[in-house]
Amino acid sequence: MTERNIGDVILKVDNISLSFGVMKVLDDISFDVRQGEIRSIIGPNGAGKSSMLNVINGFYHPQQGSITFKGNTRKQMAPHVAASQGIARTFQNIALFKGMSTLDNIMTGRNLKMKTNLFWQALHIGPARTEEIENREAAERIIDFLDIQAIRKKPVGKLPYGLQKRVELGRALAAEPDLLLLDEPMAGMNSEEKEDMCRFIIDVNDEFGTTITLIEHDMGVVMDLSDRVLVLDYGKQLADDVPDKVRTNQTVIDAYLGVPHE
Amino acid sequence: MIYRETGQFKSSYESDQALFPIKQDRYVILGVLIVTFGVVPGLLNEYWLNAILLPFLIYALAALGLNILTGYCGQVSLGTGGFMAVGAFSVYKLMIAFPELGFIPLVLLSGVITAAVGALFGLPSLRIKGFYLAVATLAAQFFLIWLFNKVGWFFNYNASGMINSPPMTVFGVIITGPEGDMTGKYYLVATFVALFALVAKNLARGRIGRNWMAIRDMDIAAELIGVRPLIAKLSAFAVSSFYIGMAGALYFAVWLGSAEPTEAFDINQSFLVLFMIIIGGLGSVLGSFLGAGFMVLMPILLKNIMVDGFGTDAALAAHIEIITVGVLIIGFLIVEPHGLARLWRIAKEKIRLWPFPH
Amino acid sequence: MMFFIEVTLSGLMAGVMYSLVALGFVLIFKASGIFNFAQGVMALFAALTLVGLMEKFNFPVWLAIIGTIVVMIALAWLIERVMLRHLVNQEPIILFMATIGLAYVLEGAGDILWGSDVKLLDIGIPQGAWGWLWDQGIYVEKLELFAAGTAAILVIFLAVFFQKTRVGRALRAVADDHQAALSVGISLNTIWVVVWSVSGIVALVAGIMWGSKSGVQFSLSLIALKALPVLILGGFTSVPGAIVGGMIIGVGEKLAEVYFGPMVGGAIENWFAYMLALAFLLFRPQGLFGDKIIERV
Repeated sequence: MTERNIGDVILKVDNISLSFGVMKVLDDISFDVRQGEIRSIIGPNGAGKSSMLNVINGFYHPQQGSITFKGNTRKQMAPHVAASQGIARTFQNIALFKGMSTLDNIMTGRNLKMKTNLFWQALHIGPARTEEIENREAAERIIDFLDIQAIRKKPVGKLPYGLQKRVELGRALAAEPDLLLLDEPMAGMNSEEKEDMCRFIIDVNDEFGTTITLIEHDMGVVMDLSDRVLVLDYGKQLADDVPDKVRTNQTVIDAYLGVPHE
Repeated sequence: MIYRETGQFKSSYESDQALFPIKQDRYVILGVLIVTFGVVPGLLNEYWLNAILLPFLIYALAALGLNILTGYCGQVSLGTGGFMAVGAFSVYKLMIAFPELGFIPLVLLSGVITAAVGALFGLPSLRIKGFYLAVATLAAQFFLIWLFNKVGWFFNYNASGMINSPPMTVFGVIITGPEGDMTGKYYLVATFVALFALVAKNLARGRIGRNWMAIRDMDIAAELIGVRPLIAKLSAFAVSSFYIGMAGALYFAVWLGSAEPTEAFDINQSFLVLFMIIIGGLGSVLGSFLGAGFMVLMPILLKNIMVDGFGTDAALAAHIEIITVGVLIIGFLIVEPHGLARLWRIAKEKIRLWPFPH
Repeated sequence: MMFFIEVTLSGLMAGVMYSLVALGFVLIFKASGIFNFAQGVMALFAALTLVGLMEKFNFPVWLAIIGTIVVMIALAWLIERVMLRHLVNQEPIILFMATIGLAYVLEGAGDILWGSDVKLLDIGIPQGAWGWLWDQGIYVEKLELFAAGTAAILVIFLAVFFQKTRVGRALRAVADDHQAALSVGISLNTIWVVVWSVSGIVALVAGIMWGSKSGVQFSLSLIALKALPVLILGGFTSVPGAIVGGMIIGVGEKLAEVYFGPMVGGAIENWFAYMLALAFLLFRPQGLFGDKIIERV
């Protein structure tokens, strides 16, 4: 691997607690993510990993704690504000716009880069037209990068699962995010597709310098890709360290093997 | 063989994004435009104009509007009749108060007023969705009709509650009211509809259209890409109401010449336009036209077949017509819920492959 | 004060009438997730059939009622066969539109079969002011009291049906989860025929009550539109909700009309129910008793 270019802390999570009614989903979680690194969050099912991403993203609002992103501290924000600050995301259950084509889905990712108002759009001349073409070029670069030219006009609802995941990644990339949150990007893929996805993630980090936080269950992938790993279980933080240390951490091993804890 | 796309390579994004990228489509549209503006005016007569052409065009405009809201943005609305009424009454008051502004600006203005009203009634869409939103729009429908029936200011305290269109001219030709010139009316309405169909197509293929469709497909995910649901939904309501308001204005001033709120703009009107976009095809400009044409022509055809053809009694024929509409709606929903536009696309696919079966 | 009581009672009674129609909606919605716009027309159709059997074929009342029930069951079977079966996986709005189409079909058919003039419906329900209250200066229609009683019996019967019988249990299973119900061997199609039949019978009761009160005519079918606010208040999936919602709307409408109507020229009843429903939608979309709508990402 090339020299890792890891900078300062870009995201800081402080004492986040989240409950739904009486169910405590996240209990006093704190960690940070550095610019340019690949950070993984792992843990058994139901540990609260997706919820953590949802909090960073603005979908869930924590009862306690705060998030500092690029120097701005806030307790909660709306998802579209998070998007405008440079956070992009994919979902476990694929949140693509099923009624639109691959190209259109990726173009929607460019939404925040496009500014022309209703009037010019209605006429589709001048600034609206130029903007549309510029952003089409940007979208095509991503299509190239992800090697999905052949399906660009197909409605995404008709694509196989693995390709849908790739398109979703494309849409997230289209926003040129500073922080990319990936929720189980390799779930349900065979080993060939997993290799492809791994390669894409590494390339994104290498070429664009994007900071990546991902949730993943495949330990091999996690240990290979990540700079640091956060381990959650039942909403509690078990470990937060480099992959080698986490691999040998007894508490983590117990959690995965199901040793009951008090 | 006829409809082959091979050999038509696009060498720039611009040409790929053109309105009609396939050459054959361009010829068809050119043909349609020539017929619409060149051939039909020569064949006009009162019956064709008033029974078929004007309602078709005006309803197509309303259908375009509703399609923007429901087809592209996924917000169901049963308030179309009420919003058409807003357009009609706005243009009426404007024609009386500011006749010097000219008819076309007044129609546009009435569209703007309806857009504002539409955005207001669209506010609930931020908290409620789907079927429940449809109920909220029903509130708009009933309230607006009551308003125009009850509040005298809207119909200038006229004893009958009706509004009559004063004659206004465009480029020297009388358009509105009963003395309106046939050809003038036709050209005005046809031009309006053609222009705004183009606008609708432009909006749909641009950023705003994509944002609307994102809201329709998964509004939670739309927030992810920075779409503000409030802005997107309200803009859909506003643009949609703009179209529907203008359709209402033209409906009253150019086609009917006079109107009474409960008859002209009641809930049946809302259902009618909704049927048009469902049968025609949700989220499709072509579908709006096909649906409007279908729902305007069908009752006429039925009546001609039954009353003139079989000599059926008029009342009975009316009942049979109602049954047929119902059966057709159900039939379409079962067979092709994506409407005539989808059927058209399938037909084009077949033509493309002809004479090969697949 | 007396006047207020009278208006309120009158509103409650009107509300019960709304509830009868709303009940039919709730049943179908609970079991199939479809909002049956044709419910109002079904009430009209049932009433028309009843009157038609009595007048054209000279059936005695009891036979006519049984005959109409048979017709409604046959209708339910037909609807399932021709329409519902083919629309199984469609979105709610498509299903809703289909029921609008159904409403049109039933309306036209009813007109052709039994004629579209207004009909008198008299099956012997007591009418006139209720003596006891009338002596105190309050006017309450005996007919409406009878309707309230009938509604109460109907609700109790339905509650027992849903909770205690096998079919009722199956209905609740289907309402919860179509797939799961199928996987334990419940036949969706049979269930739907049962539900639409029961709904048809409820529609018949509603039709009888409304028809006895104001004659059997087209406006009966417009009651469907009024039932919507009732359902929003009560919750689309709740039987007690339909009753409570109906009464709130009934009382609310009457009070608004009497006390606020004169200020704005009257006929507030046309839209008051909807505005109330709108307010509910904004603050409590699941209604008073409905199931909370949760969205997960």
